[in-house]
Amino acid sequence: MAVQTIASATGIDLGPAAALSCRECGHRVPLGPVFACEECFGPLEVAYDLPAGSPQELKDKIAAGPQSIWRYAPLLPVPADVAAKPNLNPGFTRLIQADRLAADLGVDAGNLYVKDDSGNPTHSFKDRVVAIALEAARAFGFTTLSCSSTGNLAGAVGAAAARAGLRSCVFIPYDLEQGKVIMAAVYGGDVVGIEGTYDDVNRFCSELIGDPIGEGWGFTNVNLRPYYAEGSKTLAYEICEQLGWQLPDNLIIPVASGSQLTKIDKGLKELIKLGLVEDKPYKIFGAQAEGCSPVSSAYKDGHDVVRPVRPDTIAKSLAIGNPADGPYVLDITRRTGGAVEDVNDEQVVDAIKQLARTEGVFAETAGGVTFGVLKKLVEDGRISPSETTVAINTGDGLKTLDAVAPTTGPTATIRPNLDSFREAGLA
Amino acid sequence: MSVNVRIPTILRTYTGGQAEVTAEGGTLADVLADLEKNHTGIGARVLDDQGKLRRFVNVYVNDDDVRFASGLETPTPDGAGVSIIPAVAGGC
Repeated sequence: MAVQTIASATGIDLGPAAALSCRECGHRVPLGPVFACEECFGPLEVAYDLPAGSPQELKDKIAAGPQSIWRYAPLLPVPADVAAKPNLNPGFTRLIQADRLAADLGVDAGNLYVKDDSGNPTHSFKDRVVAIALEAARAFGFTTLSCSSTGNLAGAVGAAAARAGLRSCVFIPYDLEQGKVIMAAVYGGDVVGIEGTYDDVNRFCSELIGDPIGEGWGFTNVNLRPYYAEGSKTLAYEICEQLGWQLPDNLIIPVASGSQLTKIDKGLKELIKLGLVEDKPYKIFGAQAEGCSPVSSAYKDGHDVVRPVRPDTIAKSLAIGNPADGPYVLDITRRTGGAVEDVNDEQVVDAIKQLARTEGVFAETAGGVTFGVLKKLVEDGRISPSETTVAINTGDGLKTLDAVAPTTGPTATIRPNLDSFREAGLA
Repeated sequence: MSVNVRIPTILRTYTGGQAEVTAEGGTLADVLADLEKNHTGIGARVLDDQGKLRRFVNVYVNDDDVRFASGLETPTPDGAGVSIIPAVAGGC
């Protein structure tokens, strides 16, 4: 096939990845560290030669694979022996049947699930995408792994680079939560705070890539972005496999750039095409924080373009005012009959506490946004209690303690005797 | 009025490999028209068929995203820096 010829001509082994294809105009280029279409600036994404064989054979192969995203290696832009290379082996996180949260929200028992990605090695879903970007960085011979980050990605890049023996240098807004800054720095790479918002950091990184200083640098979410973004497909694969190879009726996904939501939809469509799940309608809902809700605003206003905003929210990992994949989020949520909704900071904190109180899952603020939006959608009837719903917690609450600290703490401090305990009203 | 325009890697085929070029014009629209005059083909990469900025292109005049200013009518004072940057993503 012509596509295979393009891939093999480059000598790059990224498994079933055949070429890069522009999502806007379809222009194809060989696999390489490029992210924007030279014809129209549209985002490039990986095109595949997906595996042949029966659905059952593929399911058996996946089931026999490692307990990580690498069980899906035949569907990812990675070499076949990826699991044997030094990486963080992320993924295959818990899918929790959330009956107590369901009861709190008024959803039927057995119908609500939490996909808890705080269980990844650096406690966010970013380990998935970075693991894929790392393989691309190795394939292209990069020696420095880098990124622009709202925090979680910086930690994931630092850890992955440390494990792989690469240098790392990550760029973050200067005012991130302390937990995320320390987590990014502890792995020994360089962490650079930029005086500005995430969008300013992104702009800086884009300019760095075009400069000789950036020679040999693999920016996971810039020049390696076509590969990196594919990592989010593994959330779709895992959710369906953990549901017994079934599509859920509804998915609630946080939206910052919109990449994760877009790629989960791509993953679901691949599973349908391969016959791994039965084709049936599903709805995808996007969740944003009110203080940074350009996609939600565009959805509600009926627009198909997203007007950038300046972010002001406690959900800093979602604080991207100029979301690159925003138009695709609008397309997908409208196509599937879902929606994009937003919640304010108070609702975010309430949702974090509700999830912790009912299911023992401590979500970061992005998770609070997702579960706050879930509550809203159930309350106004857009999610039916009798349908299967999966909401994604993308990161660990320990990274955003500031959000809950003002309203969460010890019930009492007492002297070490029983009288004191009784006096506190706790006996 | 003369401004400095930073050219992204994917457009450098139009500028003979140069990462930065100068252009004339009092507004972004004028600057882009001048760029097209001297580097034929570059305009159609940045603007769509209706003459609007393509949706995956971000343009900054000095440090300001022109979408927060006046778009193509954003003034470009003498000596200003204009950056053309493909949209990229992070976060979820």
